[in-house]
Amino acid sequence: MKRVTTIVVGAGQCGLAMSHALRRRSVDHLVLERGRIANSWRSERWDSLRLLTPNWMNGLAGRPYRGPDPDGFMACGEFADRLARAAALDGAPVLQETRVLALDPLGGGYRVQTDQGAIACDSVVIASGECALPRIPGLAGDLPPGVLQLTPQSYKRPADVPEAGVLVVGAGASGLQIARELALAGRRVTLAVGNHLRLPRRYRGADILWWMDRLGVLDLPPSGEDELDRLRRAPSLPLLGDASHADIDLNSLQDLGIEIVGRLAGLTEGKAWFSGSLANACASADLKLARLLDRIDAHADGAGIDAPPAYRLPATRIPEAPRLMLRLGAGGIGTVVWATGYRPDHRWVTLPVFDGKGRIRHAGGVVGEGIYVLGLRHLRSARSTHIAGAPRDARVLARHLTGRLGGRAAA
Amino acid sequence: MNIQTEVKTADNGVDVEALYEIKKALTDMPPAAQFTWRASCEWLGGVHSKSTVEGFFGAGAEQSHKTPYSVEADHPGVFAAPDNAATPVEIVLSALASCLTGGVAAVAQHRGIQLHSVKAQVEGDMNLHGILGIDADVRNGFSAIRVTFEVEADASKDEIAAVIAQSQKRSAVFDIVTNPGNVKVALA
Repeated sequence: MKRVTTIVVGAGQCGLAMSHALRRRSVDHLVLERGRIANSWRSERWDSLRLLTPNWMNGLAGRPYRGPDPDGFMACGEFADRLARAAALDGAPVLQETRVLALDPLGGGYRVQTDQGAIACDSVVIASGECALPRIPGLAGDLPPGVLQLTPQSYKRPADVPEAGVLVVGAGASGLQIARELALAGRRVTLAVGNHLRLPRRYRGADILWWMDRLGVLDLPPSGEDELDRLRRAPSLPLLGDASHADIDLNSLQDLGIEIVGRLAGLTEGKAWFSGSLANACASADLKLARLLDRIDAHADGAGIDAPPAYRLPATRIPEAPRLMLRLGAGGIGTVVWATGYRPDHRWVTLPVFDGKGRIRHAGGVVGEGIYVLGLRHLRSARSTHIAGAPRDARVLARHLTGRLGGRAAA
Repeated sequence: MNIQTEVKTADNGVDVEALYEIKKALTDMPPAAQFTWRASCEWLGGVHSKSTVEGFFGAGAEQSHKTPYSVEADHPGVFAAPDNAATPVEIVLSALASCLTGGVAAVAQHRGIQLHSVKAQVEGDMNLHGILGIDADVRNGFSAIRVTFEVEADASKDEIAAVIAQSQKRSAVFDIVTNPGNVKVALA
């Protein structure tokens, strides 16, 4: 059996950042990738998607962004090319088209079973991505046949969506963007909105993420287990990466003719039923945004930042009586887009490292003896799922990993 | 750190520390979180009835209130009834207000906000063409429910609004009222 010190599973920004960190520490390793480098960025996102973080936030390991457009938003394909180029220049030891099937203890280390054979190793870094599979609610099984079901992975472009009405379920970044794109293409779109966040793209002359970066909110440690759990379940940043710097809050979507309704609560008798809690979901998002803007204003004024004056956004507009029911099928909704989140695909991690909800247990990315995980939400901070967060986390975990190797050598 | 000291200073009569312990225990032991609530109702003549609650199941065992409690229901004169008690729909509105009010107290306590008074006004609109079977397109239940809170507390308006918002997110009755659920009625 082939043998290597460390196996990194996944050649996206996290796996490649770990490879970079391991190379700097001269740890002999292999990066296994089920498809091509940056596979999910290439083939599992919709055509128009751009990164939500401006280019200045999208540095790769050892390669901060130095291009001509720091405030621009890179297309996913362009980002994938960038990752692949960096990997090639660095000579990252990536085995493409190699799918990992199982992970078993072997001696003091592990055996990684792949569709290309088994490899023995001392440590494993799980970097197969937080957004590997769409998270679809169980009630999807109650959809009548004949209604097309899409996810942010299978949806590619408006032309593939039939002319009938579209129900987009979920008001995170994916749902908001797909709803907007479909409405702009002339589709009749209803957006089911549960708990969500609201952010303007720009505030007081700068990108909202520039302010959040300045404020340090992306680096704040959680106050305890409860808050950490809440942060790991929090909705994604509701932003659009577009040269227009357009907002995609619910007001701007309603301006495009999108109807907003409450959380999808049930599918029965060929009808979709929505919760009557829309007003509270929107009020909560507005209040949370107001708290962030208060902090930004206090910071801007305290630090003497020369910015345009403070202002507040109008409250989210709620229909007088939000719709509670929609007919599915002929004459009604022809397509449902499940923008209800993603989940990692850790089925190949055949080790007892999961909690009752099937999530990998870890402390800041350390799963257990010689097992590490990267790229999960709030792994170490809010930045853990940002492009430039990958090298930060990878450096820390690589240090832990080599410390362990040193300890073993000494023993 | 501020949060810790604030929690100590507010006292709304809600033992959040005990609630936190309960939450932890139920997290570690999911079956203990399965509760079944019960009420038994008896016809008293006309449209007057009396419901009594006493036992319930939870924390893995049969439990009971320290004494049985009763709620009567009837209908007012405009329904040609003797008006012995509140209508069932008013009891639903009361349950919603009580659930949200309890939630406000608990969330405020958790956030270290001292409450001085909490009052909720609840209104539910209903078109009787539904229950009277005059118009099949009109639902029996409320077409709209409005809850208005008046809260005096040592907190800003936005902080109080956030407490009320969180109370809705964690309210059982709010969920029951805003979302569909399956109900099975059988003849014993």
